[in-house]
Amino acid sequence: MSLVQVLFYVMSFIALGAALFVAATKNLVRSIFMFFVTLFALAGLYVLALADFVAITQIVIYVGGILVLILFAFMLSGKETLNLIAQQRGKFISINKIAALLLSGLFLLVLLNTFFKVDADHLTWITRSLRANNAITPTAAMTENIGVNLMTKYLLPFEAISILLMVALIGAAHLSRKGEKQ
Amino acid sequence: MISMNDFLIVSAVLFCIGLYMIVSKRNAIQILIGIELMLNAAILNLVAFGKYDRFFNGGQMFALFAIVLAAATTAVALAIILNVYRQYKTIDPGKIDKLRDE
Repeated sequence: MSLVQVLFYVMSFIALGAALFVAATKNLVRSIFMFFVTLFALAGLYVLALADFVAITQIVIYVGGILVLILFAFMLSGKETLNLIAQQRGKFISINKIAALLLSGLFLLVLLNTFFKVDADHLTWITRSLRANNAITPTAAMTENIGVNLMTKYLLPFEAISILLMVALIGAAHLSRKGEKQ
Repeated sequence: MISMNDFLIVSAVLFCIGLYMIVSKRNAIQILIGIELMLNAAILNLVAFGKYDRFFNGGQMFALFAIVLAAATTAVALAIILNVYRQYKTIDPGKIDKLRDE
């Protein structure tokens, strides 16, 4: 077993364990901070999938932006959310949770069954790309290539997404403004 | 090298944890975290398969777009949650069942 594989298993263990903790814990603040750990471990997995630029973007946007936003929303929404959690503590297992467990467990079974049948390492397009020497090697530096592609092949989606970001920004600012009392 | 199946399994488990959170939680912020987990599972798949496209970086590019879209979605969703809290004094989606003003 090579070092890369060991790292992969460690990273995926951290990511899945933290995600399970997020799903299981009753404490909202703690679950938000464990979500932070999941996102970091996922960034590590992206690096192991040879996508370093995506990993950096994940850390900058998710960890730096989204988590801070979620924490802000949590703190602004005040004491009521904590009361809600305290109410939940009484019942240990509710019908609601059993249904959710059943649904997600069955979905997991279906997904895993498909993945084992598909044999993803020998799909036709993957073998073709390997033969054409089109797979990313660990020594390749992809960031420059991504920049060039972003400005040529993917220019239209790039512009569309920039407009959408501005719309979302203005919309969010407008929605969260303190409305004047009518 | 890491097998493709390993990535697929990790992302499947993450996706199902997100699904569980969305169905079982009674707090809008935790449901949002569940949605983010599902999005991240999808992005992990995109990145893993993007390894086989060196010239055009299709998978990685799509993953970047998905991350940015997730950020925009979250910002708007949190603004909506704050407004809902101001209106109803709760963020339990089960209790928000009125369309009109009080």
